[in-house]
Amino acid sequence: MAVATKISSGALAERSGQELALSRAAGDLLVLAHVYTATLVLGIGALFGMLQGFSRANFIVMPPWFDYYRMLTAHGVLMALVFTTFFITGLFTFAVYRTIPRIRSTRLGWIGYCTMLVGTVTAAIEILAGNASVLYTFYAPLKASPLFYLGATLLVLGTWVVAADLFLNVAWFKRVERGARIPLPAFMAACTMIMWIIATLGVVAEMLLLLPWSLGWTAGIDVGLTRMFFWYFGHPLVYFWIMGAYTIWYTVVPATFKGRVFSDPLTRLAFVMLLLLSTPVGLHHQYLDPGVSAGWKWLHTMTTYGVAIPSFMTAFAIFATFEIAARRAGVRGFLNVVRWLPWRDPVFAGPALGMILFIFGGFGGIVNNSYSMDVLVHNTMWIVGHFHITVGGPVALTFIGATYGLIPALTGRQLFAPKLALAQVYTWFVGMAIMSTAMHWAGLLGSPRRTSDVSYFGAQGAATWHWQMVWAAIGGTIIAISVLMFIVVATGTYVVNRKAAVRPDLEFAPADDQAAPAPAVLDRLGRWGLVAIGLAVLAYAGPVAQQIQAHAYLAPGMRTW
Amino acid sequence: MHVHPQERLWMTVGLGILVLFAAIITTSAIVDGFVPPSRVQSIDPTKVAQTPPFDHPGLRKIADGAYEAYYVARIFSFAPAEIRVPAGSRVTFYVTSADVEHGFSIPATGVNTMVTPGWVSSVSHTFKDRGTFLLVCNEYCGAGHHTMAAKVTVE
Repeated sequence: MAVATKISSGALAERSGQELALSRAAGDLLVLAHVYTATLVLGIGALFGMLQGFSRANFIVMPPWFDYYRMLTAHGVLMALVFTTFFITGLFTFAVYRTIPRIRSTRLGWIGYCTMLVGTVTAAIEILAGNASVLYTFYAPLKASPLFYLGATLLVLGTWVVAADLFLNVAWFKRVERGARIPLPAFMAACTMIMWIIATLGVVAEMLLLLPWSLGWTAGIDVGLTRMFFWYFGHPLVYFWIMGAYTIWYTVVPATFKGRVFSDPLTRLAFVMLLLLSTPVGLHHQYLDPGVSAGWKWLHTMTTYGVAIPSFMTAFAIFATFEIAARRAGVRGFLNVVRWLPWRDPVFAGPALGMILFIFGGFGGIVNNSYSMDVLVHNTMWIVGHFHITVGGPVALTFIGATYGLIPALTGRQLFAPKLALAQVYTWFVGMAIMSTAMHWAGLLGSPRRTSDVSYFGAQGAATWHWQMVWAAIGGTIIAISVLMFIVVATGTYVVNRKAAVRPDLEFAPADDQAAPAPAVLDRLGRWGLVAIGLAVLAYAGPVAQQIQAHAYLAPGMRTW
Repeated sequence: MHVHPQERLWMTVGLGILVLFAAIITTSAIVDGFVPPSRVQSIDPTKVAQTPPFDHPGLRKIADGAYEAYYVARIFSFAPAEIRVPAGSRVTFYVTSADVEHGFSIPATGVNTMVTPGWVSSVSHTFKDRGTFLLVCNEYCGAGHHTMAAKVTVE
């Protein structure tokens, strides 16, 4: 009897082991769909970006059937809203599924993915057809076709479904492993998705105004209010990207050199601070807006300085991780530590090169927040340079580097042309450094952003920034070549299908065993979410009330393209 | 929670810098009155052409060396297309939009503001140097956005 029980429990374990493996494979397929969608979108977006550079440098004039502003809308939406979002939802699904292994259904995850995809395709068709040349900020009263707004809404709602799937998995873990800490990568995923839901409430509120208006059900729109709703969402959007990149910096990057997470408690604290402080800062995008009092702008300046704090913590933690691991390997001295790091591994080199760019991106961010300086650069090419050296630098390079680890881990295939992958991240770094330097410089000279031709019929003032536009086009071309290399490696890995001898995996670094466990209160993510909502209300109740109280005249919609 | 002494030092210095920046911004706001253009005055964007003073956009002399300039931004031009002021003049610009969102920027000066339909924007600047300044729309407003420019001549 005892023997029989043993055999049957062994068989049971084997069966559940098989089911676990099947469940893991099903999860991997879902993540792969996210990652490849992001890859494809990056390719299209980069081609458009290069052509924009050519247009601004007066090398080409875009034809009327595919004009500059249509292409610019596509570039902004695909890069800022689609590429980043698909990669991050895929990354977090991976982080939660891998660190909380269980037999699970991926149905909810697929519903989320498909909703995002349908939304993206709907919005993209409208943009490419020329029915939504409103740029990725879609400022009213520029009026796009209702399908564009519907598509954008579906993209957001799809991410909510993905978030629900991740929350359910974390809740399952807390229920089953009573008292255990949420695994760090899953904690980061859940924390970021809570922040994201709070942030996207702004864009959903805006859509509730825009959709009926674009359908002709309402005659006019409160332009100031839609701008405020957009930027309530627009800045935490940036932190959504950054928290995705930080998740990789904290947990994946150290694993490439057998390092450890510097401090588990401080990492959780940094993420909770990002959750709390990402939202009550959005007015710093509206410093030059009429209809918003200077006092509210000042308040958001102060809170924006606050959101720099978790980034300072992150900078310390990442460099400490490098140094501690190097010391463990017996390496000392700044240059020796730098040389010791695995610069020939694209999973390390991508994020690490991104960190170098982010040092400058962070400085620029502090400049932009200091409104006396922002007045000089607002809506100039400086801003374009700033977000290319941030989202196009650390964020994109980190996602690309991680993709080189993710695709082999998800498919069991060897990375195709690893040397090309390595060359790719360095090429991107060089291209982005050239392009964003030129853009920052042009901005200081006053060159406006979002403009197809900045020569102003040969006006004297416009001549000063022409050469910077040529340099930006050169940098943009290098980046576009780099993206082509990335797509060759990413798709080549799947198509060439060379099975790895040992199944590759993307590892998460363990936490430093020296560190004491994090205070349990940090894991109460639901409560931190409520605090974050409270802070957002405190920061926005006044400005929104001001918008509504002032005689807000409604503006009729217009199609000016 | 254990915090490494070196991290404590790093965070103290970092926080110190942020506090310094915040103090500079706050002081310049209180002492010099330096705040970004933040006028809160609404206007019906569909009736700009009938609403004084925007029914007659242009330059008004207030006193010696002090001017007010009323601008209407509409796709894809500014009215007035050119103003002329003597060097050393302080000009206060009042701008509103008759249609969509626009920008109002004179590169190489501190003149820069959004122009939002439904609101009046205001920004002041003292023009010390002679020359012809380019005034551009720096917010996308439609197919002809890159042609939307005007001139400020300082004599």
